[in-house]
Amino acid sequence: MDLFEYQARDLFAKHGVPVLAGEVIDTPEAARAATERLGGKSVVKAQVKVGGRGKAGGVKLAGDADEAVARATDILGMDIKGHTVHKVMIAELSPEIEAEYYVSYLLDRTNRTFLAMASVQGGMDIEEVAEKTPEALAKVPVNAVDGVDIVKAREIVALAKFPADVAEGVAEALVTLWKTFVAEDALLVEVNPLVKTKDGRILALDGKVSLDENADFRQPEHEALEDKAAANPLEAAAKAKNLNYVKLEGEVGIIGNGAGLVMSTLDVVAYAGENHGGVKPANFLDIGGGASAEVMANGLEIILGDPDVKSVFVNVFGGITACDEVANGIVQALELLASKGEEVTKPLVVRLDGNNAELGRKILSDANHPLVQRVDTMDGAADKAAELAAAK
Amino acid sequence: MAIFLTKDSKVIVQGMTGATGMKHTKLMLGDGTNIVGGVNPRKAGTSVDFDGTEVPVFGSVAEAMKETGANVSVLFVPPAFAKAAVVEAIDAEIPLAVVITEGIAVHDSAAFWAYAQAKGNKTRIIGPNCPGLITPGQSNAGIIPGDITKPGRIGLVSKSGTLTYQMMYELRDIGFSSAVGIGGDPVIGTTHIDALAAFEADPDTDLIVMIGEIGGDAEERAADFIKANVTKPVVGYVAGFTAPEGKTMGHAGAIVSGSSGTAQAKKEALEAAGVKVGKTPTETAKLARAILAG
Repeated sequence: MDLFEYQARDLFAKHGVPVLAGEVIDTPEAARAATERLGGKSVVKAQVKVGGRGKAGGVKLAGDADEAVARATDILGMDIKGHTVHKVMIAELSPEIEAEYYVSYLLDRTNRTFLAMASVQGGMDIEEVAEKTPEALAKVPVNAVDGVDIVKAREIVALAKFPADVAEGVAEALVTLWKTFVAEDALLVEVNPLVKTKDGRILALDGKVSLDENADFRQPEHEALEDKAAANPLEAAAKAKNLNYVKLEGEVGIIGNGAGLVMSTLDVVAYAGENHGGVKPANFLDIGGGASAEVMANGLEIILGDPDVKSVFVNVFGGITACDEVANGIVQALELLASKGEEVTKPLVVRLDGNNAELGRKILSDANHPLVQRVDTMDGAADKAAELAAAK
Repeated sequence: MAIFLTKDSKVIVQGMTGATGMKHTKLMLGDGTNIVGGVNPRKAGTSVDFDGTEVPVFGSVAEAMKETGANVSVLFVPPAFAKAAVVEAIDAEIPLAVVITEGIAVHDSAAFWAYAQAKGNKTRIIGPNCPGLITPGQSNAGIIPGDITKPGRIGLVSKSGTLTYQMMYELRDIGFSSAVGIGGDPVIGTTHIDALAAFEADPDTDLIVMIGEIGGDAEERAADFIKANVTKPVVGYVAGFTAPEGKTMGHAGAIVSGSSGTAQAKKEALEAAGVKVGKTPTETAKLARAILAG
């Protein structure tokens, strides 16, 4: 889960990373009181989860409270690269800046370790720095067991060739940033820019944090950081039912078991769609291992509730999941929807293989639902589902 | 032969007495796995009856190894306790730890991986978030259904559980030497490369099927490895061509970040290494069939 800048700022502050004061607001008028609390001047910063907001006009200085309200009025509702601004941060004005740096910690999947990255060329897109002047970006492996203490932080600072007068300040910031990374179960913590001010302070002026949702069980405060308003309503409904669902652009609704098989199903449907007017998969939905009839029914309800969906492909290989359970789930889901008075008109193509496949196929055949067809191979079923979506 | 797991493997189950552990211990026993014990400090000294097979419960991995000579542990421990359980297995220096658990925080998996390195890599870790591995007709360590296929001469390595089953099913008449599910998390113990190396060295494997998916660069590195080190034919499949950028597709590690980790890049890398890559699982199986038919 990627956070907004203000949320990153709050987490940095919590763990001692030096930041400026700031608060988030969602109405222009609230900018007045917030600016007054900061002594009458502020920076109004659009909160969007996309880079380049400064160039897009999403960051403005305000010399007084009235001006802050005016700037907040301009920025709230603005579109930045397809992201609508719903919130702005009213931040303390930075003291004059002398230099801009970059520091981050992230997971290095390739080497199965963490990585510290640091550069004295901050304030710009770090991927650009990595590409154009790779020698200016120090990449230092950090062992998950050993972590970053002040000694390790000094090593990072030395490798990135920070000037002597800021070395200790940056090293201290790196230690607190590591605390943030570990304590919050982050996948990424990035400060860009980390600045040196004329008055000699080291400050994190902007930051990015991405959190590991697998750690939610021990991070009860993270749920509140979720941007529920921005979530697709179907994705939100699926999440409320503990379903692993991603909304896509196409017309063929997909339900399957196991992440790999479902990804593969999307691909196979997209290939089949090439022969049927270019129809594409409408979603990713993994009902997981050992999915019960109830889970199947929940999944089907989400998919059938998607107005983009024209046909549905249920693709199950029963490993732990028993195909008779899946078949019962389909039959029950259709009954449930009918009993709610919802008219189901979308055709379903079902392919069942593996554990109890024969039993599952028989349940479907016996139910003889007019909208359900069985096709017993994955490629054949994908083709049928694409054909039905194209015909609608 | 086979890789990592044979009929001589002595298997213990960490988390055996939980609901998932009970269910799968029973299934593994049914597949002929030599399960010599379970581990649960609170139930040490008791035993569990699985349809007439009494399996003793030990207080620790070390104790179970000492008493039974166990050399494989399968872990069904919930995410919150998984790190401690893996660390215990590493401390006991068990040669193979198969971590089935899904949903382990990355800071925990990175920590136990680093710990295993620091301890001299005496424990091979498979997973986490994997279905385990099976050597058909000999032993099953994990949750792969034992009745999909029979012993044969294909080796299979895959990030995905259900695609493993699908491929075993497609090629069920030919059979498999071993099938290894390495897991879909961002940090995993055994990689495609480790399995490829083992299959290359295994006299009972004639052809290797390798299944990958979006995210990271494991498949690209595997392609480099194949080019340099693998003489046996390799057939590949990659899932996730239609996955949008920045969205996690079910597996915690299955995410395209910017332009990296795409299925297309992985397919191209594999093809450049001489691997035949199928468009669908069924087509992949056909490619394997054609090669074996000569």
